Amino acid sequence: MLSLRHIYKTFESGTPSEKKVFTDLSLEVADGDFITIIGSNGAGKSTLFNLIAGSFLTDKGSIILDGENITMTPEHERARAIGRLFQDPLKGTAPGMTIEENLALAAGKGGWLSAIGRDEKKEFRERLALLNMGLEDRMHHPVGLLSGGQRQALTLMMATFNTPKLLLLDEHTAALDPATSEKVMEITNRMVHDNKITCLMITHNMEAALCSGNRTLMMNDGNVVVDVSGEERSRLEVNDLLEMFSKASGNKLDNDRILLGQ
Amino acid sequence: MSLSLLKTALELGLISSITVLALFLSYSMLNVCDLSTDGCFTLGASVGAIVALAGYPYLSIVAAMCAGILSGFITGILQTKMGVDSLLAGIVVNTGLYSVNIAIMGGASLLNMNKTVTVFTKLEDILSGSPVTEYSRLIVVLIAVAFVCIFQHLFLRTRIGLAIRATGNNPDMVRSSSINPVMTTIVGLCVANAFTGLSGCLMAQYQKSANIDIGTGMVTIALASLLIGNVFFLHKSIPVRIAGTLLGSFLFRLVYTVALRFKMPAYMLKLISALIVILAISGPYLKSRMPLIIRAMKVRREERSNA
Repeated sequence: MLSLRHIYKTFESGTPSEKKVFTDLSLEVADGDFITIIGSNGAGKSTLFNLIAGSFLTDKGSIILDGENITMTPEHERARAIGRLFQDPLKGTAPGMTIEENLALAAGKGGWLSAIGRDEKKEFRERLALLNMGLEDRMHHPVGLLSGGQRQALTLMMATFNTPKLLLLDEHTAALDPATSEKVMEITNRMVHDNKITCLMITHNMEAALCSGNRTLMMNDGNVVVDVSGEERSRLEVNDLLEMFSKASGNKLDNDRILLGQ
Repeated sequence: MSLSLLKTALELGLISSITVLALFLSYSMLNVCDLSTDGCFTLGASVGAIVALAGYPYLSIVAAMCAGILSGFITGILQTKMGVDSLLAGIVVNTGLYSVNIAIMGGASLLNMNKTVTVFTKLEDILSGSPVTEYSRLIVVLIAVAFVCIFQHLFLRTRIGLAIRATGNNPDMVRSSSINPVMTTIVGLCVANAFTGLSGCLMAQYQKSANIDIGTGMVTIALASLLIGNVFFLHKSIPVRIAGTLLGSFLFRLVYTVALRFKMPAYMLKLISALIVILAISGPYLKSRMPLIIRAMKVRREERSNA
C-alpha cells in the first residue's frame, strides 16, 4: 500500500545547526495495516508523517502510495488520498465556519460552484449521529464553540469522510483529557476498522500502542529499531516493549511525555 | 442638511461600499490585506472611462471588472507563486498600476466625461419624464450594490467560497487538506478586485471624470467602513455581515457628511478614515491590554509607597 524507499532528509543542510533526520530509511506498509508508532524525542516520527503527507519533500528516495509514485506530488493533491490528524485539535477545522460548512469542505462533492445540497446535509447528520456527541443537532454552530474532543472527533470524521487510502494520526488524542481521549480513540478504532483504512498512528501511550492496530514500530534517531506484529506482538507487555527498545537502540526510551499505561 | 446633499452622500457611499464589499472578501474572508486596492480602483475608473468615451457605456462596466480581475490575479500570483510577501505584493502592484493607469488614459492624468454617455446618463434618458427621474443615479448605484451583495452571498456558499473562507480562517487546516491555498487565494483576490474595479468605474462615471488620484486612500477609507460594520456584526452569519458591511459604509459617509456641514474641510476625509482604522484595530487590542496596564501601574505605585 505504502512504501518508503531509501529516504534521506536533512534539515538546514550545510549550516552549523544541520540536522540529519533520515539516512536511508525504508518502510513497507501492507494494505489494511494499522501501525502504531512510538519513539524517543526527535526520533523523526512527525517528520516521517510530514514526508508522507508532502509537507516536506524528501532529499532523496521515493514514496509510493498504492502503486503511484507521490514523491514530488504537492501536499494538497496527496491530501485526496491521505487523511491527517494533528495533536492540536485546533488545526483540523475552521473555527469561524459552521460544522456543516466544515463537513462540506471535507466531503468535496459537486463542482466548485455548487452549494451544499439537501441530500448532503442529511448525510452529514447521519454520520455525525454516529459520533454520539449530539453534534448532529448543532450543524449551524461555528466549530469554534466545540470542545477539543468534539473538534478532534469532527476532524477525524472529516479526514475519513471520503475513505482515504491512508490515515496519519499524529498523537491525535494527546491534548485531550483521559475520558475524551478514550472516546476519540474508540471512534478512531471503529472508523479504521469499519472502513478498512490503512493507518499509521503516532502515540505516546505505550498501552494504546499495543492495544490498537496490528503492528508496532519503535523509532530512535531516524531509524525503525523495533518492528513487531502478529503473534509476537500479541504476547508483548509494555515492559517487554521497553526492553526491546533499549536492547535495539542501546539506550533507554527517552520521551518526556511517554505514558506507560493508564 | 438638505435632501440633495443626503442623496449625494448616499450615492457616493453606495459606490464606495462596493469597494468595502471587495475588502470584505479579501480582508475579512481571505485574511489578506490587499494594498493594491487604491491602484485597482483607479484602474477600474480609467478603463471604464476610456471604454465609455469610446461609446460603449455598458461594456465599460465589464471592461473595468475584467481589468480588476487581471490586477487581482497578478497580486495573487506574486504572493502565492513568486515568494513576494502579501503586503508587499499589494504595494508593488499598486505602484505599477500608477503608470499603467496614466498609460490607459493616454498619458493624461485626467479624463473629462462631461458629455460622455455613461450608465448613469443612459438610465436618466430611459427614465426621463417619469416621476423617478431624479433618482436615476441612485437606482443605477442600488442595482450595482444589490448585484454585488447577492453575488457575494451566493458565492460564499459555494464550495470555492467555503474553501476561500477556510483559507482565511485556518491556514493550518487548509494546508493539510485537499484545498489548494494558491488557488483559493488567487480566485479570492480576482473576485474582490473585480468589485474594486467596478466601484472605481462607477465612481468615475458618476462624477463624470476619471483622474489618477481617484483611488488614493481608498483602501483606508474602505477598511474604516468595513471595521465600523464589524463592530456590530463580527460573529454573525455571512448575509448579516454583508449587510453590516453596507451599514458600516453608510455610517462612515454619514459621519463624514455631517463633519463637512460643521465646516470640516473636505481634505480631512483621509485623516479621519486613517484615525477610524487605527481606532477600530487598536481599540480592541488596547482594551484587552487594559487590565495588565492597570496592574503594572498598581504594582509600581505600591513599590513606590513601600520604598
